[in-house]
Amino acid sequence: MSNTTTIQVRVNGVSRTDEVQPRLLLVHYLRDVLGLTGTHIGCETSLCGACTVMVDGAAAKSCTLLAVQADGCEVETIESLATEDGLHPIQEAFWDCHGLQCGFCTPGMIMATRQLLQENPSPSEEEIRRGLEGNICRCTGYKHIVDAVQQAAEQMKAGT
Amino acid sequence: MPVSKLVGTKVKRREDPRLVQGLSHYVDDLRMADVMHAAILRSPHAHAHINGINTDAAQALPGVVTVVTGADIGDSVGSVPCAAANPTLRTPPHPVLAQGEVRYVGEPVAVAVAGDSYTARDALDLIEVDYEPLPAVSDLEKALEPGSPLVHSQWDSNQAFTFECGTGDMDKARAEADVIVRQKFIHQRLAPIPVETRGVVARYFPGEDELTVWSSTQIPHLLRAMLALVLGFPEHRIRVIAPEVGGGFGCKLNVYREEALLAHLAMKLKATVKWIEGRRENMQATIHGRGQVGTVEAAVKKDGTILGVTYDSLLDTGAYHQLLTPGMPPLTGLMISGSYKIPTLKFTSTGGFTNKVATDAYRGAGRPEATLVIERTMDLIARELDMDPVELRRKNFAQPSDFPLSVATGLAYDSGNYQAALDKALEMVGYQDLRAEQKRLREEGRYMGIGFSTYVEICAMGPSAALPAGGWESGTVRMDFTGKATVLTGVSPHGQGEETTFAQIVSDDLGVPIEDVAVLHGDTAVVPNGIGTFGSRGISVGGTAVYMATQKVREKAEAIAANVLECSTDDLEFEDGKFTVKGVPDKGITIQEVALQAHVATKLPAGMEPGLQATSVFEPSNFTFPFGTHICVVEVDTHSGEIEIKKYVAVDDCGKVINPMIVDGQVQGGIAQGLGQALLEEVVYDEDGQLVTGSLMDYAVARAEDLPPLEFARTETPSPVNPMGVKGVGEAGTIGSTPSIVNAVVDALAPFGVTHIDMPLKPEKIWRLCQGGNK
Repeated sequence: MSNTTTIQVRVNGVSRTDEVQPRLLLVHYLRDVLGLTGTHIGCETSLCGACTVMVDGAAAKSCTLLAVQADGCEVETIESLATEDGLHPIQEAFWDCHGLQCGFCTPGMIMATRQLLQENPSPSEEEIRRGLEGNICRCTGYKHIVDAVQQAAEQMKAGT
Repeated sequence: MPVSKLVGTKVKRREDPRLVQGLSHYVDDLRMADVMHAAILRSPHAHAHINGINTDAAQALPGVVTVVTGADIGDSVGSVPCAAANPTLRTPPHPVLAQGEVRYVGEPVAVAVAGDSYTARDALDLIEVDYEPLPAVSDLEKALEPGSPLVHSQWDSNQAFTFECGTGDMDKARAEADVIVRQKFIHQRLAPIPVETRGVVARYFPGEDELTVWSSTQIPHLLRAMLALVLGFPEHRIRVIAPEVGGGFGCKLNVYREEALLAHLAMKLKATVKWIEGRRENMQATIHGRGQVGTVEAAVKKDGTILGVTYDSLLDTGAYHQLLTPGMPPLTGLMISGSYKIPTLKFTSTGGFTNKVATDAYRGAGRPEATLVIERTMDLIARELDMDPVELRRKNFAQPSDFPLSVATGLAYDSGNYQAALDKALEMVGYQDLRAEQKRLREEGRYMGIGFSTYVEICAMGPSAALPAGGWESGTVRMDFTGKATVLTGVSPHGQGEETTFAQIVSDDLGVPIEDVAVLHGDTAVVPNGIGTFGSRGISVGGTAVYMATQKVREKAEAIAANVLECSTDDLEFEDGKFTVKGVPDKGITIQEVALQAHVATKLPAGMEPGLQATSVFEPSNFTFPFGTHICVVEVDTHSGEIEIKKYVAVDDCGKVINPMIVDGQVQGGIAQGLGQALLEEVVYDEDGQLVTGSLMDYAVARAEDLPPLEFARTETPSPVNPMGVKGVGEAGTIGSTPSIVNAVVDALAPFGVTHIDMPLKPEKIWRLCQGGNK
């Protein structure tokens, strides 16, 4: 398995050129090659959403994408959200509303929320629940997550 | 006493900044130099003899370090432990890799170690195993029939154990009864599904002859002790670390083959070896929960008085015992009385081996079974007597004046006010109006149902006498030179927020800012001893130990302060972290200054040891018994079989509350899992023992849309068992919710003659019932 291919990816604003096996999953590229371990692996089948990242601005499940499929793309992970000024409003809202317990699904849930709010800045509760259907949280029962998304939506609208 | 400032209030979790940024370290996130990766070959057969294994091609694959089979290991690693005590127990050998025979789909057969995880997985494809399939038994009841294929051929049947408890004369109860109600219940197997699967990294340090094991576990200290026994390696040279743990729900309250296997490989290879469980492996080889079948019989007077209840049950143990497998039925049996005064109770359980993975503790662990049985039975009785289910419950409730309440199963419930929780829930849901609405809707051909669960559960595990490996917990509180406090706790939180709640307790009682309190856990080299997090024991046992240690630290601080201020401790007041001499408010010393004095050690009372720290080990005198009322209102679409939850009200009483936000979160998450059992989740094996639900595509975990809007309230009945009056809340939602949902659906379908439905209540099942009923 020594054959490799070169990919160029912009990850969290940094341009990368790496030699990877064609079969390397994007999530393993992010975690094992780049050391960005905030993106988690929960099911390897796109069903739990723990591995959600943004690829060219759209939420994608990095456990079922190959790294080579991200060649030439812009990838954003959970590590890109907070700045020197502090947490992203979605992160802040998850903290405020107790939208997480064990925290393992949280990076994926936050990235999915980002996509949701990007498409619909004022979602109803129903729209939030439907918008997060690709992400499993086994701890919270989702109520506090819905609260967090609502708070983040308000904050982000106020901030723009 | 200082005024409580943080205890009882919503304090945002201190765990969260690292978690929301993805900066925490779960096992798979640990970066170590020269780590090798293990992949495990698992049995595709439910039962087969292994004639031989050829690993040559796998060994020859470039990048492969070694391939190990059960034959290679032989008896150099001991049997995976079962800690539950039962004199009738048959305990089969439980090797880390199969020794000549496999007994469930997913049983580990061989392990490949390579420089990277992809190569390790490639190696598995090159291992040739010559299996000779043997007859398998998947169905529990069939497994216990004569002539069933034997899971373990050294015994003449698949009976794994028997257990019984209870008191009273059921024949007499039957004779005096006006009505006998009988019902069979199936508590389907559930998969715990923490979003983080299991994972282990084991590292051996040859120079020091020391082993460090990082594992996604709820019980680092118990795991260390068990690894010492299984590996035959001294406990004091093993360090177990539970790093950030991504959910457990009981399935990580265990000791698994892979933990011992990885430790063995690390020592054998004198290296660092890592294994991360895949989700399919997790469905196959991490314990399942529930897996009980039983029949209840209740003897009742016409006025609703319950004279006696028997529940005869079977437990599907699976093929091997895990740590607490046989310990689940006792938790069902002891709680079968629910919140009612029932003079005669009899519980029996027979464990049966099947060709499936083991069952063990999953959130609720035996109590959801008890609650479902007694709460469904209450509704069955109410239906039989044409009584309102609320009236029947009120009639049989234990009253507040009855506590401590001796129950016929042998327990003494600590405190309770079941009526108050019920009243509050009835008011919130608007019960009388709902019954009128139900009647009206039925006339329109719409089917609404109202379901109750007036549950009680057993928590704060627990007195050591009742647990197989100690029920105490340790807590250490230390103030250092600079006045910062460090807490060491033996519980091992994995989402419960004890880095916050324990700091709330210490911050209040020592008068130090919460930012100055660090809570450390999950490392046997840091925390001297401990048991772990399970059985809703974090706050009630672990928190109590921390509370007690905090009081000792304050007493010592007070003695030092008195010596420095040259007064008697009786002359001191303590408020906001400062000791002052009564009546002389400008003569005082802060606790931080006391901490410095404790370490400088020049102004200590004669004979006092320097330093400012204390350890307490709390041994609870009893369990605690949280309770509450959950009411579920559903409407069933009889054309599609779909169930819509219109309203869900939960009133829970977990005693004193340290952080209401965290308690809400525990209850909500618990309900999501209880709802999952009622409506969605079911581990399915076919009759040959093949796992049908092997991925999250086949196994339905509740998603955001599956959860209805929930309404919450609390009553607060302190526990007399511990000084803070706390009870525990980790499992309440799961235990309390399921019966209310099932009862609601059965109530909705009463016009169809439906008296019972087995879980999960899938639309197809409901639709079929609407076509014909199940009389």
